[in-house]
Amino acid sequence: MVEKKIVVQLAQGLHARPAANFVKVATTFSSEIKIIKNEKNVNGKSIMGIMAAAIGKGEEITLITDGADEQEAMTALEKALTEQE
Amino acid sequence: MSQKITGVKASAGIAIGKAFLLTTPDLQINTVAIEDSESEIQRFQEALARAKNDLEDIVLRVEREMGTDHADIFKAHLLVLEDPELVDTVKDKISNEKTNAESALNDIAQAFIVLFEQMDNEYMRERAADIRDVTKRVLSYLLGVPFAGLGELTEEVIIVADDLTPSDTAQLDRRYVKGFVTDIGGRTSHSAIMARSLEIPAVVGTQGITRAVQPATLVILDGHEGIAIIDPSEEEIAVYKRKQADYEAQKAELAKLVNDKTVTLDNHHVELAANIGSPEDVAGAIANGAEGVGLFRTEFLYMGRNDFPTEEEQYVAYKHVLEHMGDRPVVIRTLDIGGDKHLSYLALPEEMNPFLGHRAIRLCLDNQELFRTQLRALLRASVHGNLKIMFPMIATLEEFRQAKAILEEEKKSLVNRGIVVSDQYEVGIMIEIPAAALMADQFAREVDFFSIGTNDLIQYTMAADRMNEKVAYLYQPYHPAVLRLLHNVIKAGHAQNKWVGMCGEMAGDPIAIPILLGLGLDEFSMSAGSILPARQQLSRLRVEDAAKQIDTILQMSTSAQVEAFVKEWLERV
Repeated sequence: MVEKKIVVQLAQGLHARPAANFVKVATTFSSEIKIIKNEKNVNGKSIMGIMAAAIGKGEEITLITDGADEQEAMTALEKALTEQE
Repeated sequence: MSQKITGVKASAGIAIGKAFLLTTPDLQINTVAIEDSESEIQRFQEALARAKNDLEDIVLRVEREMGTDHADIFKAHLLVLEDPELVDTVKDKISNEKTNAESALNDIAQAFIVLFEQMDNEYMRERAADIRDVTKRVLSYLLGVPFAGLGELTEEVIIVADDLTPSDTAQLDRRYVKGFVTDIGGRTSHSAIMARSLEIPAVVGTQGITRAVQPATLVILDGHEGIAIIDPSEEEIAVYKRKQADYEAQKAELAKLVNDKTVTLDNHHVELAANIGSPEDVAGAIANGAEGVGLFRTEFLYMGRNDFPTEEEQYVAYKHVLEHMGDRPVVIRTLDIGGDKHLSYLALPEEMNPFLGHRAIRLCLDNQELFRTQLRALLRASVHGNLKIMFPMIATLEEFRQAKAILEEEKKSLVNRGIVVSDQYEVGIMIEIPAAALMADQFAREVDFFSIGTNDLIQYTMAADRMNEKVAYLYQPYHPAVLRLLHNVIKAGHAQNKWVGMCGEMAGDPIAIPILLGLGLDEFSMSAGSILPARQQLSRLRVEDAAKQIDTILQMSTSAQVEAFVKEWLERV
């Protein structure tokens, strides 16, 4: 299991297109992906879960990846949270 | 007797056709206990797969016919269908509660819909409609009910519906669908935006058209006025057929001009540019044949948020506009807040006369960190296109010199850090204060260009607040006092070989255009929709004739006199 605190840098937060992009990247890995915001647990492969969590720019979340490709998943997803497409 | 129903103008144009009532398929859900949950899950998976197939087809078709951007919504629908929180929860419910797939899916989807509908952000509330749309698609497969009927149209119709979902609009066959009218929705709702991009007339938000219309009744749709006429008389049909023909002819005539340069009858070129308020507006500017962006208001970057935009965010926005405009000039105005524009995170004291107060460049020169951040973003973006930086509300030369010195400092420090900055960008000022208009000859030696902001220039010249209805009569663009100032600015700019533009409402006004042409204005910047009509008007004028009228016009004594004179002159040509 890999765990990391990340500050979301996307201009519009994790809404709409960035959320879809995040899920697209997340589903390419076999590891379980979790986002924790204010002690709420969100499935990182769920577009509705992520959008419902309404994660804005500058918010700090904890990203957890757990599985065979957890390292690669962490690197790719951190990028998706901090770099504009 | 015909009946007239009023709604919101969503998309221009006129359509006459038989009403096609789009009713939602009857998706009655019964909760049924099942025995074999394995095969029920199997049935759910199959319905999902078929819905996915449909959506993949739609994505391809929409990408082909309307462009990639419009397909995004259906790609999001696909993600919803693949969402483990939805799919796995439904499967669990089927096996744990021994309930049928329809009921399990409906319950879980409803929970998400309610969650999204309760959010305080409009964008999120709209996502509830997406989930509903996707769910209906799967449910219709589970129930064996055909999903919507728009695919099977065989004659020309006007669609009458409560609302059109994205799936509905994607299935609209332009051969048969001549327009649509709905009960709900506003100018920015999905269906309205789609109608404009498909260029079919639409009226939305009529609050009752579905109850007033019988299937196959003749309907006239007027997207200019936002009305629908049900069961029109022979006379009404004749009137609207003529309006329709006129509109189509005019549109076809204007569309020919999209890729043309703006040239007068005597072969004089002027530039017609667009005023934009956000990076997304660039597409509309290009579609309307803009030869440049004459005013990019950067305020939007700062508004509707809780903190200042970063240098990086601004850089991305400026780069987007510059890249999309290619070689065409892009005038970006530095931050213009204060006056009637406030930011929730920047405390500005109440002022007695906000329009005469601490705003625009005055505020930026006092809050240099804010200003410098924007200038760095602009300088970094300068390598991506044809950038022109414009300072607003300049009253004195010292202000311009100070702003330019700060810009130079930032440029030097970027270059020292090894960041590439273009050498080609220009630096100019917005002329909106009478003092600057009168001193234009002095400014012209130091700036690269002028752009006249008439909205403020007129209100400052006439000392009349344009928001105050009691003094609205003093807002007179054709007043000789205003025209003399314009004359002075353009003359002064040209004497130093500097170009002069205009980015106020006046630049797109058909009465003002001949005067401005005669005064020698080089660039006219207006809302994108005004560009093609202006190009057409200019193609019928001669700069030589226009210039000859100027002496007469400048000697007139009232605005009314000028207006009457120009109208008469336009009738002659």
